[in-house]
Amino acid sequence: MKLRFTKIAIFLAALVPLGRLGWKALHDGLGANPIEVITHSTGDWTLILILTTLTITPLRRITRQYWLIGVRRMIGLFAFFYGSLHFTTYIWLDKFFDLHEMFKDIAKRPFITVGFTAFVLLIPLALTSTAGWIRRLGGKNWQRLHRLIYLTGILGVIHYIWLVKADLRKPLEYALALSILLLYRIVMWVAELRKNAAVPARPRTSAEPTEA
Amino acid sequence: MLIKRQSEVPSSEITSKDLYLNRRKFLAGAALAGAAVATGVAFNKIAAPSLVATANAKIDGIQKSSFSATEKETPYKDVTNYNNFYEFSTDKYEPAGLAKDFKTRPWTVTIDGDVKKKQVLDVDAIMKMAAPEERIYRHRCVEGWSIVVPWVGFSLSELIKRAEPLGKAKYVEFTTLYDLKQFPGQRVPVLRWPYVEGLRLDEAMHPLALLCFGLYGEVLPNQNGAPLRIVIPWKYGFKSAKSIVRIRFTGSEPLNSWQENSPREYGFYSNVNPNVDHPRWSQAKERRLGEFLKRPTLMFNGYDQVASLYSGMDLKKNF
Repeated sequence: MKLRFTKIAIFLAALVPLGRLGWKALHDGLGANPIEVITHSTGDWTLILILTTLTITPLRRITRQYWLIGVRRMIGLFAFFYGSLHFTTYIWLDKFFDLHEMFKDIAKRPFITVGFTAFVLLIPLALTSTAGWIRRLGGKNWQRLHRLIYLTGILGVIHYIWLVKADLRKPLEYALALSILLLYRIVMWVAELRKNAAVPARPRTSAEPTEA
Repeated sequence: MLIKRQSEVPSSEITSKDLYLNRRKFLAGAALAGAAVATGVAFNKIAAPSLVATANAKIDGIQKSSFSATEKETPYKDVTNYNNFYEFSTDKYEPAGLAKDFKTRPWTVTIDGDVKKKQVLDVDAIMKMAAPEERIYRHRCVEGWSIVVPWVGFSLSELIKRAEPLGKAKYVEFTTLYDLKQFPGQRVPVLRWPYVEGLRLDEAMHPLALLCFGLYGEVLPNQNGAPLRIVIPWKYGFKSAKSIVRIRFTGSEPLNSWQENSPREYGFYSNVNPNVDHPRWSQAKERRLGEFLKRPTLMFNGYDQVASLYSGMDLKKNF
C-alpha cells in the first residue's frame, strides 16, 4: 500500500519538470531562446534521473529501506522518457529530421557521439524493464544487461562536459555525484571479492534477487 | 549630444534615489578636483542632471545609417535579457538582473600604447566625438544563435583617428573593466580576467566597426556592455568587447581571452564563417532568436564588404 502510494507520488513528481516547461511555453516564460531552454532542461532531467536510479541501491542498503527497489524501474523509465524528449528536440528542432545531417553530426562531434550512444544504450534497458523480460532473460543476464546504466551515466556526463564552452562547474557536479555512486559499487564489489575469497564460493542461482 | 530622461520609464527602471544622489555627490567632488576640466567637459554640464546617463535614457539626434540591415529586429526584451556577459554570470539569463546596480559613471577609458595622444578620456567626452548613428546589425554568437540589434554609436575609426596611432601600431587591444564587486562572475576563474579582445588596426578602422553606447535609441543597458563597447558585426559576438576601460595600440597580435582559454577553438580573427566549424560544433547554421528553424550562416555574417581585409589569407588557418 505504502509502495503504491509512493509510486503515484514519484510518478507525479517526475512529470513536474515537463509540466513546468509546458506551462512556461504557454505563458511566454521560456525566454529568448526557448529551444535551448527545452534542450538543456530535458538533458538535465535525464541525467538527474539516471543518477537517481543509481542512488536507489546504496540508499536502500544504507537505510535498510528495501522496498525502495520497487520504485527504481519507474525512475529509470522516466530517465528514458526525458532522454527521448531530449533526443527529440535535437532531431526535430535542431536537425529537422534530416537523418543524413544527424549521422554526420554523430560521426563528427564527439559530444553528440557520446550523447547519442548514451541514449541508444537506454533503449534495451527500457524495453527489458518488464517482469516478463526479467523472466525471459533470467535474473543474472538481466542484471548483466542493466549494468549498461553505468556506461550510460558516464557517457551522459561526458556529453555534458564536452559541450560546455568554459564553465565546467555544473557538469562537474554531475561528475562528482556519479563518481561517488560508482565508487560505492567498486567498494562493494571489492568487499564481495574478499568475502568470497575468505569463504569457499557458494553457487548462486538465478532466482536470487537482482540488483544492478 | 543631449541625453534626457524618458518620461515613460517604469519606476522599477529608474535609478534609486540614493544611488542617484551618491552619483551627484561624486560628480560634484570630481568637478572640484578638476577632473571635469581635464576631460574637457564644462563644469555646468557635468553637474547638470541631463548628463547623468541612466539606463533607458533616450539618445537624441540619432542618424540613420546606410550600413543598417533591413531584417526584422530582435525584440528589445530578448536583446536585453539574453546576454553572454561572463563578468556577471555564465548563465545568459542572469546578467539582466545582476547588472541592475552596475555603475557606468564616472567612467574613463585609457588610450595608450603606440599612439601619439596617450590620454584618459571620459566616456561622455568620447560619446560626443561624432554624431550618433543607428546601425542595425546582425549579431552572430559563436554558440550558434543570432540576433538583429539596432545599436547606437559611430565608427570606431572616429576615436582611433583622434588618438593618432603611430606607424608601428598594427593592432588594437580592448580591455574590459576588472571589478570583483560589480562583476561577480570575475570571482570565478572561467576565463582569465580582465577580459581582453583585439583587432588588427585595419579591421578596427573599417567603417562597419562600431564604437557603441546605445541600442534601440536608448543608452546601452548595463547587461549589454555599458557604458561603452565595440560591435564588430562580421565576427563572432565575443570579439565585441564590452564595458571597455582601456584601448591599447600595439605592434604585436593581442592574445584574446577566449583564445588564451582554448586556442584550438577560438582564433584571433574569429570571423563568422560557415565553412570553418568550431571543433565541437558546426557553424554552418544558426538559430535566429524568434525563429523556429535554423537558417544558414553567411560568410562574414553577410558583411561581404570586409572580405578585402582578408584577401590572400587562408581563413581555415586564420580562423
